[in-house]
Amino acid sequence: MAVLTMRDALNQALHEEMERDPRVIVMGEDVAGGSGGSSGNIEAAGGIFGVTKGLKTKFGADRVIDTPISESAIVGLANGSALAGMRPVAELMFADFVGVSLDQIFNQMAKFRYMFGGKAKTPVVLRMSMGAGMNAAAQHSQTIYPMLTAVPGLKVVVPSNPADAKGMMKQAIRDDDPVIFFEHKALYSKKGEVPDGEFLVPFGEADLVREGKDVTVVALARMVPFAMKAVDKLAEEGITCDLIDLRTTSPLDEETVLESLSMTGRLVVVDESNPMCSIASEIAGIAASKGFHSLRAPVQKVTAPHTPVPFARELERMYVPSPGDIEAAIRRVMEGV
Amino acid sequence: MQQSPDQIRQAYRQMRLIREFEERLHVESPKGEIAGFTHLYSGQEAIAVGVCENLRDSDFIISTHRGHGHCLARGCDPKGMMHEIYGRADGLGKGRGGSMHIADLDKGMLGANGIVGGGQPIAVGAAVACKARGDGSVSVSFTGDGASNQGTVFEAMNMAVVLKLPKVFVLENNGYSEHTGASYGIGGDLKTRTEGFGIPVWEADGFDYFSVYEAAAKAIDHARAGKGPSAILATATRYFGHFEGDPQNYRAKDEVKTFRETKDALMQIRKKVTGAGIFTEEELDAIDDEVLKLIDASVESARNGPVPGADIMMSDVYIDY
Repeated sequence: MAVLTMRDALNQALHEEMERDPRVIVMGEDVAGGSGGSSGNIEAAGGIFGVTKGLKTKFGADRVIDTPISESAIVGLANGSALAGMRPVAELMFADFVGVSLDQIFNQMAKFRYMFGGKAKTPVVLRMSMGAGMNAAAQHSQTIYPMLTAVPGLKVVVPSNPADAKGMMKQAIRDDDPVIFFEHKALYSKKGEVPDGEFLVPFGEADLVREGKDVTVVALARMVPFAMKAVDKLAEEGITCDLIDLRTTSPLDEETVLESLSMTGRLVVVDESNPMCSIASEIAGIAASKGFHSLRAPVQKVTAPHTPVPFARELERMYVPSPGDIEAAIRRVMEGV
Repeated sequence: MQQSPDQIRQAYRQMRLIREFEERLHVESPKGEIAGFTHLYSGQEAIAVGVCENLRDSDFIISTHRGHGHCLARGCDPKGMMHEIYGRADGLGKGRGGSMHIADLDKGMLGANGIVGGGQPIAVGAAVACKARGDGSVSVSFTGDGASNQGTVFEAMNMAVVLKLPKVFVLENNGYSEHTGASYGIGGDLKTRTEGFGIPVWEADGFDYFSVYEAAAKAIDHARAGKGPSAILATATRYFGHFEGDPQNYRAKDEVKTFRETKDALMQIRKKVTGAGIFTEEELDAIDDEVLKLIDASVESARNGPVPGADIMMSDVYIDY
């Protein structure tokens, strides 16, 4: 067990899987960087967040492919190479760039197997950074996982810590279905204990990271450490919560949520996305339709507002749900209002 | 004509198969048994067959909105295709894909595509796999004049050049992008555009099987030899509307009739091979009869094929979920 950042945990997963399976290839803008530059450095970037560092030096240009800024073609490269037998890990850099490659994601990779009579296998991993926290504003900060969670045929992964990031990346690469892998950019430098070597985290299994009796708190990605702060603070006052880290939004572990709700009767859902058609809405809907008789108070949704992600430090801080917002929601649900 | 009689017979049969498959669908479509959109390839047979006759089993192709011809030319089972078009449980796509999404991964046929310009980036990806295999295999995409104006095609061309991939772009100009003339929709011209990426282009008469075959042979050899991507530009016409039921108000009254009478691909190949004494009219007629029987049997079988149920709707969304 080593203490690693999420960036290094992901990097370790990529190294191990490329070592393990020669069909694994990596592609995207600046995944190595330096191609065509005047310095002669063949790995000038290693991914703009450093996740793919060292891969080209170790595995070569045929397996670690620097691409032009052509998101449709990048996802197309992944799709076609996967159909033809490779196991590509493509990077979109920022989740917002799904906007320029959406056809390849939701019309193509998600639907091949279904449309083509069950013969196609599309083992693509599409990595992208997401989330606010860097004042990167409206086109570089979104958490668009709800949009892609809605698409049948895609699996959607949203890790909250380095160990899960490693275990789910390895799982994603070995998975035969297309996987959208969201990496929260404010978590890249967060450290945690990561198991060495072989370590897989299965999809569709939420993690109960805190146990309590009063409230069920459901969160994902960066909202998990934020919720931990709120939950730990309230525990000192005697309000205890189950804190559930969803880990994947598709498949979605409804069972763990409903089981906890049946014990606590109170639900708070924390989601960095905009409120409409969010994961928070989905979980609240599941509670209403399948856990109604357990509910002792209205479900509290803690989400970003229905606005684009703003730029200024003060505005971005206001936009992102905070530990304080989560604490307030837990208090509200305790009061039953 | 350097092809053997067997090759020519095969090419003629494939072209006839596409022609009769599509002509029959044109007749069957209005009867109401075929759901959804159907886009027919009649008129362009020489292009699909001229290209695919140059391919090996290990190669890949990806098709367009107008995909039946490419599927048949690549060797997909006509009966399985017909069942798919009729939405049957035992169609190539189990009745979940239909005319616009026919594919057969076992044949290296990566699908017709409902999205105009959707296939080209995928074909570039397949070319990455071809290059990794290092066995000289190539990936071929078919692109209509309409799709040629999609940004995905430019991205795909650039990417194929940058990565020096064994990728062949087949540009098929049939004169119309849906209901709008290609002469209106294309800025500049397709050849110069493609050459602008540094991709060599071989031009062909899309009505002439031999012209396409020879251009394709050069383009495919170029890509197989590891010299990077190449392209073929072939011009023809489609005999029917953009989709079945299209009133074609954009076409002059006798346009199709004139093409059928003066340029038709089947007429041309028949004339050439009988003129050169390779086959007699009777020998070609016998092929036509065999094909017609196959189409009859396919339609009859598809009309009576099994209707898919909920189990088929719910399966193959994922491999494991």
